[in-house]
Amino acid sequence: MTSATEPTEPLSVEQLSATTLLRFATAGSVDDGKSTLVGRLLHDSKSILTDQLEAVERVSADRGQDAPDLALLTDGLRAEREQGITIDVAYRYFATARRRFILADTPGHVQYTRNMVTGASTADLAVVLVDARNGVIEQTRRHAAVAALLRVPHVVLAVNKMDLVAYQESVFAAIAEEFTAYASELGVPEITAIPISALAGDNVVEPSANMDWYGGPTVLEHLETVPVSHDLAHCHARLPVQYVIRPQSAEHPDYRGYAGQIAAGTFRVGESVTVLPSGRTSKVAGIDLLGTPVDIAWTPQSVTLLLADDIDISRGDLLVPSKDAPPTTQDVEATVCHVADQPLTVGHRVLLKHGTRTVKAIVKDIPSRLTLDDLSLHPHPGRLVANDIGRVKIRTAEPLPLDSYADSRRTGAFILIDPADGTTLTAGMVGESFAAPQPVKDEGDDDGWDF
Amino acid sequence: MTTAATVSEAAGDSEDAGPYALSHLDALESEAVHIFREVAGEFERPVVLFSGGKDSIVMLHLALKAFAPAPVPFSLLHVDTGHNFPEVLEYRDRTVAAHGLRLHVASVQDYIDRGVLKERPDGTRNPLQTVPLTEKIQTERFDAVFGGGRRDEEKARAKERVFSLRDEFSQWDPRRQRPELWQLYNGRHAPGEHVRVFPLSNWTELDVWQYIAREHIELPEIYFAHEREVFQRAGMWLTAGEWGGPKESETVEKRQVRYRTVGDMSCTGAVDSDATTLDAVIAEIAASRLTERGATRADDKMSEAAMEDRKREGYF
Repeated sequence: MTSATEPTEPLSVEQLSATTLLRFATAGSVDDGKSTLVGRLLHDSKSILTDQLEAVERVSADRGQDAPDLALLTDGLRAEREQGITIDVAYRYFATARRRFILADTPGHVQYTRNMVTGASTADLAVVLVDARNGVIEQTRRHAAVAALLRVPHVVLAVNKMDLVAYQESVFAAIAEEFTAYASELGVPEITAIPISALAGDNVVEPSANMDWYGGPTVLEHLETVPVSHDLAHCHARLPVQYVIRPQSAEHPDYRGYAGQIAAGTFRVGESVTVLPSGRTSKVAGIDLLGTPVDIAWTPQSVTLLLADDIDISRGDLLVPSKDAPPTTQDVEATVCHVADQPLTVGHRVLLKHGTRTVKAIVKDIPSRLTLDDLSLHPHPGRLVANDIGRVKIRTAEPLPLDSYADSRRTGAFILIDPADGTTLTAGMVGESFAAPQPVKDEGDDDGWDF
Repeated sequence: MTTAATVSEAAGDSEDAGPYALSHLDALESEAVHIFREVAGEFERPVVLFSGGKDSIVMLHLALKAFAPAPVPFSLLHVDTGHNFPEVLEYRDRTVAAHGLRLHVASVQDYIDRGVLKERPDGTRNPLQTVPLTEKIQTERFDAVFGGGRRDEEKARAKERVFSLRDEFSQWDPRRQRPELWQLYNGRHAPGEHVRVFPLSNWTELDVWQYIAREHIELPEIYFAHEREVFQRAGMWLTAGEWGGPKESETVEKRQVRYRTVGDMSCTGAVDSDATTLDAVIAEIAASRLTERGATRADDKMSEAAMEDRKREGYF
């Protein structure tokens, strides 16, 4: 892994441009060493520059601290520095010769489940930190459950502070086994466990000399090489129409293009497509990839589709292959994470944004609330408050073409918005929540209001 | 361009990238275009902040691609501090004319002349931009204002959303931000409120330069090494000129410099450089141990929370 630590020959523009992008999120409890891990990844990839480090040293010295407090690098807001905690998701950027990384740095405290949901919603990978001395705790299970709920394709279990357990293989093996069993049951498709010491630098960027029993990759090596999911074999092609491009100019008198970012799958010229929810059909006559005509385009490219027939299509419609159209429905069943301070209740009138379409909707039922600690379902909670995860039934004013979130993280996702003030209320995922859903607990003495 | 060529180019020599992997620049470009089109679809009166600096130039380039072959459906807005680089103003006007766009100008000098704003003792006009900017947004009733801000620039900006709601006073409240989930941007706002939109949120300085090189985008010449009369103030090389420098104790010298950022002449420093080409600039930035703002912006050094405080007031 010399690429990340040693200055190498400057790369050409072509080489630099050929790198891929990995989006990942970190999750860890307050004292698991998440800041240290993030700090080390940034530091050892030379993403902390001299003036930033000097600013941290200056402020640390002003406060009378002996050593630079690396948390100051990541805690950007006044309130965070005052309280010494992280209150919100921050996005950070670093790069090696092989990849660019966007890190959603999410606070680990239990009351910020919504922040991990936010960070995980766009992540290809989640790093869950565990303190080797404590092993798998409730918070670890919550993080695994959120990663599973959000269908993050890859999960890394970073067993930290191995230096404090004498680098024993048995300690690591036991934690890795317990976590893997738990996360697999939730349906997490790929789990990689890595024993590390973020403080000492073991297996973060450099392989550890203290753990020769470990033959796997370091954290950075794994981040650099994990495949970003582009397996389109099972993806249903979907294009939410964002905007209709009609120049109406002398040069382009008849151009009428449907612009959008391909949410899943591939589109090809000549393919038969259906417009949802209207059900009208046509053929793809051409694809413009930001000004360049192409024969095929795939997710997540932003494109403009030209159709053979002049049919009525506008923002909010969904273009799909005619042979692979999702059903449309006005009754949505979903797992949601409530992200607003005001609660979500049965009877609540909301707006639902799915793809590029925003429709009126009403919350018909909240059948259960999930207890993340043991994954049990608490029946009919009546309402969901901030950070709650639960099942909801929603009736929409217009039919929506919905995929299951398990099939498509983009076209199976929606948000609920408060029509009065525009607040983002709830993150929604259509369909079943886990690969192996737990049965609803039916407790007679439960009044459903025990939070 | 054939499809096969696109696929193999995108994959590059990265052995882990499948045939449908996008290069990081393609991914960032696609995301930014998506953001432009969302705003075009959801807002009544969007405007693009355009200073003639590299980030706003990249934004305009992305907007041109997003709506091609139709024209960009937005007008542009420049907050002119009165101390802008002449080369940059020339570039601004030429670009606006070339694309047949409409440019709004909010002038700090005008506010000073009218006695509404007062020159600061330190002579920097950057913080004075907030009032003309926010008043222009109100009088023109802009409901979406694109900015070229990037989260990698500064730690307060690392907390910024792509769609950032501002109240009728243009204020940013970092504790009351909407969570941003998937690519489902929420642009709902009350009359009088507006949304600041940052299509380059996930870009770094290096990404911007690589993209400029890849797309062959023209820049104002001050971004490349050239001889310039400068003087030193607070550790930075400032351009001598009528705006108020040098003072008696400061001496002008001729140096080979270039600019990493382009802002007000009173607070934007030049860096010593021999980089006269895009490749040389990229190599220089890749090797630099200083951030863009640390190297060249005086206003961010005022306090630990300078950016956060200015953003709260309505600055970008």
